[in-house]
Amino acid sequence: MQPFAYTAPTTVKEAVEILTKHGDKARPMAGGTDLLVQIRGGKYNLDAVVDIKKIPELNSLSNDSKSLNIGAAVPCHRIYEDPKISEDFPGLIDAAELIGGIQIQSRAGIGGNLCNSTPSGDSIGPLIVLSAVANIEGSNGKRSIPVEDFCTGPGSNALENGEILVSLSIPNQGSKFNSAYERFIPRNEMDIAVAGVASSILIGSNGKIESARIALASVGPTPILAKKASESLIGKEPGEAAFNEAGAIAKTECSPIEDMRGTVDQRKHLVEVLTVRTLNKSLERIGG
Amino acid sequence: MATHEKIHIKTTINGNPEEFLADPHTSLLDALREIVGLTGSKEGCLDGNCGACTVSVNGRIVDSCLVLAAEVDGQNVDTVEGMANSDGLHPLQQAFLEEAALQCGICTPGFLVSAKGLLDNEPDPSEERIRHWLAGNLCRCTGYNNIIKAVQKAAKNL
Repeated sequence: MQPFAYTAPTTVKEAVEILTKHGDKARPMAGGTDLLVQIRGGKYNLDAVVDIKKIPELNSLSNDSKSLNIGAAVPCHRIYEDPKISEDFPGLIDAAELIGGIQIQSRAGIGGNLCNSTPSGDSIGPLIVLSAVANIEGSNGKRSIPVEDFCTGPGSNALENGEILVSLSIPNQGSKFNSAYERFIPRNEMDIAVAGVASSILIGSNGKIESARIALASVGPTPILAKKASESLIGKEPGEAAFNEAGAIAKTECSPIEDMRGTVDQRKHLVEVLTVRTLNKSLERIGG
Repeated sequence: MATHEKIHIKTTINGNPEEFLADPHTSLLDALREIVGLTGSKEGCLDGNCGACTVSVNGRIVDSCLVLAAEVDGQNVDTVEGMANSDGLHPLQQAFLEEAALQCGICTPGFLVSAKGLLDNEPDPSEERIRHWLAGNLCRCTGYNNIIKAVQKAAKNL
């Protein structure tokens, strides 16, 4: 690896100061499972790697009746090994359990997955359908943005120079809400999604769908919140007819490319199939 | 503040205290192999796919090529060299021998450390669980069936 300095600040303020000072020549590191590969591949020429795992806010994980708060450096295993989080947010667990293998999950987290901002990032769709908010801090102070507005292109995002993601906040929407994520990959494990879909639905007191969200991965330059498909479900009876219609609409809201992983038509077809499946799974998870 | 000077790292490796100096950009894998002299962990892909460099840090398996040596200051590291003791091979190592779970052997240390990470916490895993757990380790010559059989045998013997 090319030489760089290593520093492990213990406060957000200190991390922001170092990152602001070095600009493009410094990167924050949480699990490092993407960053170290990118450094080896020559993507960056860095003066400093800023290890953010020793900052308490970035390593805290809390879940109460109102919301789940995930520090930006919390690794995947801490999320899926927490029985209460698994029970409350199975759609997020769907992603946390399939990012890389067990070795990667010991280090890689959802915060890093979001900040890498790849269109295929497995946890980004689930975050979007869970209405997660990204809490950001920089030299100009704190701000929060919805996760669907975070990614701006392949590998690029809303973070300004010197800003870091501190945490992700996910509202707890109660027992009539649930979510699911599925992806298609040629292997059973350890691969990048050809296409992925996350869905969530909230059932109102009248038994109809009160709100819904569908997010698509690997079928555009960023993860996509499929707004038309999501809105098509509102007020409908949850079930086959509404879900099939939403799947057909979701297919029109993506703009996949053709590459070695799949063709445009295959990806669009997968979006339709996975939309229906994840809506069904969300409904099953809500239960009677 | 960040400097390029070598970092003094105090760690525990296979139960023994170890102190060494490493450049800030040295990976844990390179530190183990080239500074500490433990060459059991292998370099394969250097991008987290193959698992040949798997070691355990504080009881959790990681790809040591994707960890900086600086990060293990104050932490406990366990490698394949720590598996056998004066009484002989670890039951996993013995089972790998008996089930012919290796040919060229370059993936074996990673498989052993990964499998130990599973059996230390789950003494009786299902075949599906073993296959899922070992998905981050690649073998290009034996194939996986004998490796799975060896892990199942070791689970019985542990």
